[in-house]
Amino acid sequence: MSFLLTCPNCGTREVTDFGFGGEISARPTARPSLRELGEYNYFRRNVAGVQREWWFHRSGCRAWFIAERDTVTNEVLLTELPRGPGSPESVA
Amino acid sequence: MLDIFRHRRMWRRQRDLKPAYDVVIIGGGSHGLAAAYYLQKDHGIRSVAVLEKRYIGSGAAGRNTTILRSNYKTPEGARFYDASVKLYENLGKELNFNLLFSQCGHLTLAHTDRAMFVMANRAEVNRLQGIDSRVIYPEEIKRLAPAMQVENPHATYPIMGALYHPPGGIIRHDAVVWGLARGADRGGVEIHQDTEVQSMERSNGRVTKIHTNRGTISAGHVLNCTAGWSTLICDMVGVPLPITTHILQACVTEPVKPLLDVVIVSSQMHVYISQTDRGEFLMGAEIEPWTTYRMQGTLNFLQEVTRHTLELFPQLERARLLRSWAGLCDLSPDYSPILGQTEVENFHVSAGWGTYGFKAAPIVGKTLAELVATNRTPDLIAPFAVERFYEDKLVSELAAAAVSH
Repeated sequence: MSFLLTCPNCGTREVTDFGFGGEISARPTARPSLRELGEYNYFRRNVAGVQREWWFHRSGCRAWFIAERDTVTNEVLLTELPRGPGSPESVA
Repeated sequence: MLDIFRHRRMWRRQRDLKPAYDVVIIGGGSHGLAAAYYLQKDHGIRSVAVLEKRYIGSGAAGRNTTILRSNYKTPEGARFYDASVKLYENLGKELNFNLLFSQCGHLTLAHTDRAMFVMANRAEVNRLQGIDSRVIYPEEIKRLAPAMQVENPHATYPIMGALYHPPGGIIRHDAVVWGLARGADRGGVEIHQDTEVQSMERSNGRVTKIHTNRGTISAGHVLNCTAGWSTLICDMVGVPLPITTHILQACVTEPVKPLLDVVIVSSQMHVYISQTDRGEFLMGAEIEPWTTYRMQGTLNFLQEVTRHTLELFPQLERARLLRSWAGLCDLSPDYSPILGQTEVENFHVSAGWGTYGFKAAPIVGKTLAELVATNRTPDLIAPFAVERFYEDKLVSELAAAAVSH
């Protein structure tokens, strides 16, 4: 089922406006083993329920943001810009 | 003739679950039923239960676009899918059930120089594996599909050539499910519908108990053949999987007179088209990029798939759509399946099937049955072990349908 997403900058748009960046996963350690890197690169929780995930406003402001969406109903619970260093989604 | 009006069941109605089975198969789709069928046929293992949470063939086995082919890009993939097509060729006779298999030929259209190069590459890989596959040009495409608009000066995607795969074709997907179920049932397998696995217990690296909505059972081996739901079943025993679940959609037009007797695929136009025995044009497209467990289609899909189909078949302009539907796909990072043993000793998976699971059903059933019976991974599926993702040794299958590369 198609759904709407609210870009934190531009407002509510159709899902086709956006690129999907996948579920948010924890960054590996600074010097990961091959196995840890494989886990980070490929393995996914793929939850049936609320998932925190990356989106990209491809046809709009081109900003990356975060959504919480129920993958069973496709209901979008919230969208927000990523928080700063130290947050789970931080790349620092 | 005497008993043609007699009501005969295809498989026995099952009452209670037994406390234990040699093998429990989770998922009553084409893979689960094929595994059950080959367990009893090849290895005489009859203490087998297939647990299906709805009715058999209610998932991807009943929602795919019924295309069979083996012209894949990796030698590992091409060899594997070729073994599957060969099993399909004899399956109707073996099951004594008409699967309506039509090896009408399969055309993958190329619209750019780059695509022509890829097709030539695929044809070479295929032929090295003994698979009938070659590059053809517009003159021959027109002979094979006279109803298709091959030369169109206004085309968004002009047709430069195609990869022609004569043994490819279409089969009746429901008949495959029913035939395998009947064959397995006659061999002693129990098929339990409306039976949902709710949790499993694991101790000493083995699955010990399976809790279902109809009671608790134990099993010597457990097979997870649940496609889009694979992650959820694997979570119950703590086996991580590198897959994500997406919807793939398809639709059919109202029936029209016979126009097309080959399968047409274009990965650039994200469409695959065939005409069913009932005359419906069956169209599929690419998966939705976002993950979801909700099996409901999108308007966007209908707009895209019809626009692209009309470029190839403008005569369908007035045809009405009869049905559209969506199914769940378990997509792996390299578009190759994840097959065989896991870190849990007696728990095996058939997952990561993305958009190509149905065509692999018989070979998956046969190889998983061999794995269970002999405790040895058959060579044909050794490249598809889940371990490859920990070791970063992927089997990159870029000739999979319906995925953007």
